[in-house]
Amino acid sequence: MLSLLLDQYNYAVVIILMMTGLYVVFASRNLIKKLVGLSIFQTSVFLLYITIGKVSGGQPPIVESHGSDHANSETLLFASIGEVDSVAQSSSEVLYSNPLPHVLILTAIVVGVATLAIGLSLVVRVREVYGTIEEDKIEEYDRIYYKEILERQ
Amino acid sequence: MSFMSLFPQWIFEQGPAFLIVLPLLMGAIIAILPNRSMAWWFTFFVTLICTYTAFGLFQHIYFDSFLLYTMGGWAPPHGISLIVDGLSAPILLLISVMAMLTVIYALPASISEIEPKKRGPFYAAFLICFAGLMGMVITGDAFNVFVFLEVSSISTYALVAMGAARDRRSLAAAYNYLIMGSIGATFFVIGLGFLFMETGTLNMAEMSAILSDLDGGTRVSKVGYGFIVVGLGLKIAMFPLHTWLPRAYAYAPTKITIFLASTATKAAIYLLLRFTFTVFDPSFDYISIMLKYLIVGAAVVGMVFASFQAIFQSDVRRVLAYSSVAQVGYILLGIGIATSSGLAAGYLHLLNHAIIKGCLFISVGAFWYRFGITRVDDFSGLFKTMPLTMGAFTLGGLSLIGVPFTAGFVSKVKLILAAAEQEMWWAVLVIVFSSVLAIVYIGRIIMAAYFGSPPKINGSTFTKNEAPFMMLFPMWVLGLMSIAIGLNAFGIGDTFVSASEIAASVLLGGRG
Repeated sequence: MLSLLLDQYNYAVVIILMMTGLYVVFASRNLIKKLVGLSIFQTSVFLLYITIGKVSGGQPPIVESHGSDHANSETLLFASIGEVDSVAQSSSEVLYSNPLPHVLILTAIVVGVATLAIGLSLVVRVREVYGTIEEDKIEEYDRIYYKEILERQ
Repeated sequence: MSFMSLFPQWIFEQGPAFLIVLPLLMGAIIAILPNRSMAWWFTFFVTLICTYTAFGLFQHIYFDSFLLYTMGGWAPPHGISLIVDGLSAPILLLISVMAMLTVIYALPASISEIEPKKRGPFYAAFLICFAGLMGMVITGDAFNVFVFLEVSSISTYALVAMGAARDRRSLAAAYNYLIMGSIGATFFVIGLGFLFMETGTLNMAEMSAILSDLDGGTRVSKVGYGFIVVGLGLKIAMFPLHTWLPRAYAYAPTKITIFLASTATKAAIYLLLRFTFTVFDPSFDYISIMLKYLIVGAAVVGMVFASFQAIFQSDVRRVLAYSSVAQVGYILLGIGIATSSGLAAGYLHLLNHAIIKGCLFISVGAFWYRFGITRVDDFSGLFKTMPLTMGAFTLGGLSLIGVPFTAGFVSKVKLILAAAEQEMWWAVLVIVFSSVLAIVYIGRIIMAAYFGSPPKINGSTFTKNEAPFMMLFPMWVLGLMSIAIGLNAFGIGDTFVSASEIAASVLLGGRG
C-alpha cells in the first residue's frame, strides 16, 4: 500500500492540492482568499495533466539529429539524445513522452490567468463600492441598503 | 420548403468556421473602435450574418446530411474538427437568432443601462460570449469544448458585473457566478483528463469508438463521466447546483439576462447530451444508472422545489430565474428517460423554453426600461399603461404554463407521453403538479397587471406609455413564434418537432 502510494506520489499531491483548493473556496468568506483557493484548485489540474503526459522511460519529445545527416527522414524521425541513440538505431524505436497534455495545459493556464484577472478586478470594484471584501459584511450592507430604499418608497 | 437556393455554396463549405471566427475577430475590432456609436451596428451585422449562415447550415442538415469541417485541413483525429449535425444545427440557429434579437433590444436598453464610454467594450464582450457559445456547440474536439466554455463564461462574468451601474448587487452576483462557473469548468476539464487517460485522444468521434471497443472502459472513464456531469451540471444549473443562477439573472443588465436565459444553459445542456449519448453510450451500465437515478432524480426534485421557490419571490426577475431552474428540470427529465421520444421531447422543450423565456425577459426588461420596476407589487395595472408589452408577456406566460395552442403545451404533452410510455406515472404527476405551480407564479403577476389599478403619480392616473418599437419587435417575434409552434402555423410547429426527432435519432445513433 505504502509503496504504491510512493510510486504514484504525484497523484497524491494532485488530490491533496485539489481538496485544499476546494476547501479554501468554500470555507473562507474573504473574496481574495476564495480566489487563492480557486487558483490552487486549478493548479492541481495542471499537475494531473502533466502526470498523464509522462510515459515511464520516455524521452523528451524532441526530434534531434546528429551531425549533418539531415537528408534521411528516417534518421531524423528516430534519432535521439545521447546513449539512446545506439538503441534507436538498432531497434529503430524510441519511447517519447506525450507532448499533447503540456500543450493543453498551456491553454488551461492562460484560461486560469484570465479567470483570476476577472476575479481580482471584480474584487477591486466590490471594494470601491462597499469598502470591504468580507462576504458577510457585503451581505449585511446590502440588506440595510435595500431595506432603506424600500422604506423610502 | 427548401431555401437552399438562397445560400451561396461557400456557406456549406466554410460556414462552420465562419460562425466562430467572425464574432471573435469582430469582438476584438469593436473593442478598439474609435467611434463608439458604430459598435452597435457592427454587432448587429455580425449577428445578422451569423443567423443567415446558421440558417443555411440548418437547411443543409434538415434536408441533407451532416457536415464535417476540418480546421486548417488537418484531418481528425489529429486536427480539430467542427461538426454540424442534426443535434448541433438547431442550437446554432437558436443561439444566433437569440443573439440578434438581444442586440435589437439592446439599442434602446443601453441608453439607460450602460454608460456611453462602456458601450464599445460591452458589445465586444457580448460578441466574444456569442463566439464562445457557438464554438462550444459546433466543435468536435473535447478540449476545444473546454476552451470555448471558458471563453463564453469569462466574458459572461464581465457582462453580469456591468449591471453594477444600476444595481450594485450585480458585483457580488458576478463574483459568485465566477467562483461557481470556474469550479464547474475545472471539474469538466478533470473529467476530460480521465477520458484522455483512458482513450489517448481528444477527438469526440474517436473517443466514442475507443470507449465502445472497451465496452465502457474501466473505472477511469466512470470517474471521468462523473466529473463531466458535475461540471456541466453547474453550468446547466441542474437542481442542487443552481444557486448562482437566480442572483446572476436578477442583477445582470436586462439584455444579458435575456441572452443568458435563452442560450447559455441551453448550450451546456447540449454538451451534456453530446457527451452522454455520442461520446459515451447510454448502453454502458454506469451511464444508464446515472441517467435513471441521478439525472431524473435531480430533474424531478428541481421541477417541484424551484417552482415553489419561484412562488415566494417578490422580484419578477427572480421568479423567472427560479422558473428557469424548474424548466431545466423538464428538459433533464426528457434526457433521463433516454428513449427516442423522451429525448425528442426534452430537446423540443429546450428550444421552446429558450423562445418563451426570451419573450418573458424582454417584456420584463421593457417594464424596467419605462418605469424602473421589477417587483411583482409594482406590476399592478401594467396592462392599462403598456398593453402591447403586457400582451407579449401574457403570451410567454401562458406558454410557460403550458396552456393548449402554445409552444409549452406541445413539448409538455410530448414529455408526458414519453414518461407514460415508460410507465413512469409518478413523473407524469410531477410534470402536471409543477405546471400547476407555474400557474400560481405566473398567474400572480398577470392578475396584478390586468386587474390591479395603475399607481397614481402626482394625483393623476398614469396614461399609456408603450415600450419603444425596438423592444416590441423582438418580444412579439418570440411571443408569436411560441403561438405559431402551438398552432403549427406555416408548418413551424412541424419543423420544430421534426428537428427534435432528428436530434433524438442522432443521439441514439440512427443518423449521422
